[in-house]
Amino acid sequence: MTANSGNDAFVVFDHVQKSYDGETLVVKDLNLQIGKGEFLTMLGPSGSGKTTCLMMLAGFETATHGEILLNGRPINNIPPHQRGIGMVFQSYALFPHMTVEENLAFPLEVRGMSAATREEKVKRALEMVQMGEFGSRRPAQMSGGQQQRIALARALVFEPDLVLMDEPLGALDKQLREHMQYEIKHLHERLGITVVYVTHDQSEALTMSDRVAVFNDGVIKQLATPQDLYERPDNSFVAQFIGENNKLPAKVESREGDIVTVALPSGKACQALAVNCGGTGSDTLLSIRPERVRIGAAEDVNSTEGKVLELIYLGDHIRCRLNVHGNEEFVVKVPNSSDAGQLSVGETTRVTWAPEDARALDML
Amino acid sequence: MANLADARGNGPAPTLTTADGKPLREALAKAERHARNRAFFLVLPLLLFILITFVAPIAQMLHRSVHNPAFSDNMPNLVAWFEENPEGISPDEGGWDALAQDLILARENKTAGLVGTRVNYELSGTRSLFTKGARNARKLEPPYREAILDLDEDWADPALWQVMRGASSAYTFNFYYAAVDKTLDQDGNIVDVDENRKVYVKLFTRTLILSLLITFLTFILAYPIAHLLATLPLRYSNLLMIFVLLPFWTSLLVRTTAWIVLLQSQGVVNDSLVATGIIDDESRIQMIYNQTGTIIAMTHILLPFMVLPLYSVMRPINPSYVRAARSLGATSWTAFRRIYFPQTIPGIGAGALLVFILAVGYYITPALVGGSDGQLISNLIAFHMTNSLNWSMAAALATILLTGILLLYWLYDRLVGIDNLKLG
Repeated sequence: MTANSGNDAFVVFDHVQKSYDGETLVVKDLNLQIGKGEFLTMLGPSGSGKTTCLMMLAGFETATHGEILLNGRPINNIPPHQRGIGMVFQSYALFPHMTVEENLAFPLEVRGMSAATREEKVKRALEMVQMGEFGSRRPAQMSGGQQQRIALARALVFEPDLVLMDEPLGALDKQLREHMQYEIKHLHERLGITVVYVTHDQSEALTMSDRVAVFNDGVIKQLATPQDLYERPDNSFVAQFIGENNKLPAKVESREGDIVTVALPSGKACQALAVNCGGTGSDTLLSIRPERVRIGAAEDVNSTEGKVLELIYLGDHIRCRLNVHGNEEFVVKVPNSSDAGQLSVGETTRVTWAPEDARALDML
Repeated sequence: MANLADARGNGPAPTLTTADGKPLREALAKAERHARNRAFFLVLPLLLFILITFVAPIAQMLHRSVHNPAFSDNMPNLVAWFEENPEGISPDEGGWDALAQDLILARENKTAGLVGTRVNYELSGTRSLFTKGARNARKLEPPYREAILDLDEDWADPALWQVMRGASSAYTFNFYYAAVDKTLDQDGNIVDVDENRKVYVKLFTRTLILSLLITFLTFILAYPIAHLLATLPLRYSNLLMIFVLLPFWTSLLVRTTAWIVLLQSQGVVNDSLVATGIIDDESRIQMIYNQTGTIIAMTHILLPFMVLPLYSVMRPINPSYVRAARSLGATSWTAFRRIYFPQTIPGIGAGALLVFILAVGYYITPALVGGSDGQLISNLIAFHMTNSLNWSMAAALATILLTGILLLYWLYDRLVGIDNLKLG
């Protein structure tokens, strides 16, 4: 992977390992290439090593082993201030004793730019985030969303090629967060910068990213586009972490090409797409997205009976919880269309899914 | 509700009323009166305690610096004579007459010592004049001038009469003049005292300089400690905090004497230096019973007062500020100077003010380890309180000290702003 790290790889993690205490690895053998102009998100639960990776890239942590390359240059021994990487912090880290303008001028000042250049660049950066008239305010006099924009402008004002964002929207309320997601995405498209974004919010990751690296326990479980990640998860962790997922434990009975026949604990058989399961006799976990299950459809290979346990009305769809093959947490999203049949709690109905929508994955 | 609606519509600033028509402001005051009264009664005991044991004695002490009735109360005839003869310090027959009457009075009331002491404050060697005069008062016969001069020629000294004129009024500024090494000459002009009697200004200056130096030293020493305390993991920082606070829990006397043990010429430090051959046995360093001793011991004792305010401002400073500065291209020094340091200024101000004010009034440590050139102004105040019993002088010195501190406090408020002070 490293040998042919193509010319377009802008950031390269090459067998990077990180340990804080010399006993446990927080990041285990990380290999990752980020193309120029790419928006890459590191997604994962807390403690999965994603922030550590970002801090190593920014220069605040040193890699215990391995090499990080920026634009083809190893940066392990380059101090943070010489890396020229913009960074947006979760807490914004706007300097409280400086006005917005002084905050934005700071990176230009330490680069020895003239006052006139500084003024112009600051003005342009403020306009870019639509905060033109806030220049003389102090951070404490602004709302969270406004501070967020200023932090963004400050990370961009010195025109870095690479911008790192460490859960920058974590402190905002839901509506503002969604709005800012689009704004950051548009800024990225307009400026053509490379962005490495860290978050634990999967919808944020799916909305904004070109590619998403799903972290767990110090390793990347899957690196793919949002669409692939959701529709074609490689393993149970990703299937579980991204979106909603029904899981059914099973045992592989036979395999023909990509399709395996598995035996469910209820004794019934079922066909699934072999993605990440062993040979005959091994345990597997079927992963089925709730919106890929049909209720009351015509009999097919994977049809079975399910008892409706709970119905929740959610406007555009109805969330229906059933007992399917002994799994009482089996969820189906029924679209709220005019021809949708009426379901009632306690009723037994037929549920069906296509063999390729049931992915046979590893055991968790 | 109708009233409110009406009030909103017309007229400039109508008075708001409650639903049943009472003025809103009055209703609010009434509603909160009970809570306010209860709060007041809760703090009343403390208020009284402070007034009786703190404010009143200080006011009385300050009053004493301009008020000393020892002469005016006990020499009524002379007081009357000085009032009748506002000019001149060469007494006429009436003056000698009054003096003789007062000496007789002093003998009867046994107050000659008091009066003599009061005059002696300003003209040394005169106390015995009064005690001797009073002892022989019964023998005095007119003409009193010759009779009194027979007792002692010094009674004719114009300086003595000048001092007595000054003391004839209970209220006097003479103690303040004396506290800044000034005195009144025979014509009533303010002049410098003799060169060899100038002590106070020198001591005030020394107190100021040493306090500034000690404040600076504690700052230099405390800043890294406070930073370490604020950034270490809690497990270690708690331990370090105990080390910082340990001196607080130890008696001041113990700490001071510990420094004596360490620093004296046969002490631990000197012995180690001699043992390791760094210095000769003959050239042991004098580190105590001088200014050096005062500086070392006071810096150590006052260090926690600098560490704690600094720590309290450093603790909440998010490390991401410095990281942000570094990622924006600042070297670690620039990040410290431009981002970290400015955010700690309220703590520096608080610590410096605290240490400085404590140092200016410090007494025990300089008294124990200061020797002769390490004494501070408070040692002199204590001397006047306990040894010379010149309480008016002590009060005048203390007042000047207090005024100086208030002045500095005001200056600090103007320069830095007292709102920026952060003690914890």
